[in-house]
Amino acid sequence: MFDSLSERLNKVFQQLRRRGKLSAADVDAVMREVRVALLEADVHYSVVKDFIARVRERAVGVEVSEALNPAQQVIKIVHEELIATLGAPARLNLSGQKPHVIMLAGLQGAGKTSAAAKLAKMLRDQGERVLLVAADPYRPAAVTQLQTLGGQINVPVFHVEKKAPPALVKQAVDTARKGGSSVVILDTAGRSQLDDGMMTELAAIHQETTIGETLIVVDAMTGQEALNIAAGFNKSIPLTGIVLTKMEGDARGGAAISIRSVTGIPIKFLTTGETIDALENYEPERLASRILGMGDMLTLIERAETTFEADNAREQAEKIITGQFTLEDFADQLKQLKKMGGIGQVMDMLPGNMGAAARMQSPDIAEKGLKLTEAIISSMTIDERRHPDILNASRRRRIARGAGTEVQNVNRIIKQFREVQRMMKTFKKSGRQGLAGMFR
Amino acid sequence: MPDLFSKWKKGLARTRNATFGRIASALGATELSADTWEEMEAILLQADLGVGETSGLIETLKNSANEKGLTHIKDLQDELRLQLLNRLDSPDPIDINQTPYVIMIVGVNGSGKTTTIAKLAHRMVAEHQKTMLVAADTFRAAAVDQLQVWGEKLNLPVIAGQQDADPGSVAYDGIQSALARKMDVVFVDTAGRLHTRFNLMEELKKVQRVISKALPGAPHATWLILDAATGQNAIAQAKAFKESVDVTGIILAKLDTSAKGGMAFTIQRQLGIPILYVGLGETIDSLEPFNREAFVEGILESLPASSGE
Repeated sequence: MFDSLSERLNKVFQQLRRRGKLSAADVDAVMREVRVALLEADVHYSVVKDFIARVRERAVGVEVSEALNPAQQVIKIVHEELIATLGAPARLNLSGQKPHVIMLAGLQGAGKTSAAAKLAKMLRDQGERVLLVAADPYRPAAVTQLQTLGGQINVPVFHVEKKAPPALVKQAVDTARKGGSSVVILDTAGRSQLDDGMMTELAAIHQETTIGETLIVVDAMTGQEALNIAAGFNKSIPLTGIVLTKMEGDARGGAAISIRSVTGIPIKFLTTGETIDALENYEPERLASRILGMGDMLTLIERAETTFEADNAREQAEKIITGQFTLEDFADQLKQLKKMGGIGQVMDMLPGNMGAAARMQSPDIAEKGLKLTEAIISSMTIDERRHPDILNASRRRRIARGAGTEVQNVNRIIKQFREVQRMMKTFKKSGRQGLAGMFR
Repeated sequence: MPDLFSKWKKGLARTRNATFGRIASALGATELSADTWEEMEAILLQADLGVGETSGLIETLKNSANEKGLTHIKDLQDELRLQLLNRLDSPDPIDINQTPYVIMIVGVNGSGKTTTIAKLAHRMVAEHQKTMLVAADTFRAAAVDQLQVWGEKLNLPVIAGQQDADPGSVAYDGIQSALARKMDVVFVDTAGRLHTRFNLMEELKKVQRVISKALPGAPHATWLILDAATGQNAIAQAKAFKESVDVTGIILAKLDTSAKGGMAFTIQRQLGIPILYVGLGETIDSLEPFNREAFVEGILESLPASSGE
């Protein structure tokens, strides 16, 4: 449904004549596309308007260079402005007297309770002594939910039945101080910023207890209302950071820009899955790429880098460049893919259409395919792996038997390997240009 | 007319002062200008109707303004209201034509499934339907407890499995029990899942298959719960859930917040899934049947034109 911004812009530029400089009319045409991309990413209407004005100013008169085509140049400007708008990553402020109190607030269903548990685990793993506080007496079983999660990560959960949240929080912080806790995390009830009674309660908690961090928890899928929501919360309690939840979905997360621009508070964390470890530090480049529909390639690249042992990676790179990539290396790469969290997770990080296409496939089936490939390659002799040319019909039959499969599958794997090999040879010949061509 | 949705209006009342009133100030002028079109566009975009639907509406408005020779902002606002209404269906009343009538509730995490089920059950009880709740969300911590608390409050039977039990088998037990106890309506609560998780969507399909095995023809309805504050991603959600489990209706939860729920409009237009109910508050009786007029008023509430009517 969403074309990536680069695809959109390339379409526009195909209709423009290439001149030395981008004219105001050229830029207008481009800005229309940028505007649509941002609106589709749920950035607030008025924020888009301001943003476009800023980018337009920078883009008019830009020299069209040899290295970058006009589309790429404008994307670069848009990307830079977006990163500037999203702001630098900020750390949790854990200074001053202990215990440091962190309060989580937000709408119903934003993901506060899950985020509280994830944050508790992260901080505990960093050596903090954490106390979770269940301050949501309204939603049925909200307390039980936090207690269950606390139990899973071995973090104590404080709660007193039938005690109003401001008094409850006060007592919790006292208990934390006496018990030697270094961090207290408050899970408050979900509320609308328009609910005066509930917002007064939030303000009361804030007044009666010294709170170091007040984080607003916002669902990444939130639309235009993100702006009003954040402004409303910020009016009642001084917010110090944003937690953007449910980022493992395919929402672009433009709400983050709206909130940043209306409150000026930094984004601090993203949650990226249902497991209790799925809390990540915020990276502006990554979020900007996502909002523009450029995928989460950075995460993918980073994870690939940390997973591939450095030596191995260098060796493989050399082989690719010299054209000596063999079936043995192919099997090696399959193993690395597994280490990166399985094919399902890798698929989720691919950009736009590529990701959507990949997700249409069952990770289980894909995983099975990988296992079969591994089995087939393991059934080959070392000689066969290094010199696939010797694989005649009788050898292929033997391999199929060894892998417990049909000859057709063996043929298919060999064919696939040949294609990869051919692609790499092309890449080697054309160098950088060839690579750029692949992604155009 | 006011009585028909007075409750709805009450739910929306607190949003009125909170929303932007820019067009009201622009209304000093009564003649159409380029600004008028921009203001209209701004209202539709800010209600989360999305770029495509908004530009389509503006285009239609421009055409009919030309054809009908509209020159006053007031006329144009009436035309916009009419165009929005024309694009929405009034849902048919829910017809419990066989028992037990099984309704499966699906949606992404945090959309408001469990709370909505409690409200739906409350409505069914008021209509003297013997209602049962099935807690097939065995994944989220304490989700089962949450539904059980509601069951106790409403004095309704709740069939639940253990934490991490197979949701299909819980659903199966639920249907068996509903058959044995001659229930009229059964709500099956499922775990929240993002529509992009292949395995979880497969699991949902399986729950649906198991239900139809336990009772051929069931589930008789599958309703998707959407958070009214969701933006353009709601369309991707609706598409994916429709493809997987053939969603037959949408419930727009949390419409009492400042959100307008415009993406539900776009979903109905693009996917033909009707909006059945809207959630308008935290109380158990704050679920109302969908009402086109009230919904459109919500989208247009920054327009002052209706005061003259």
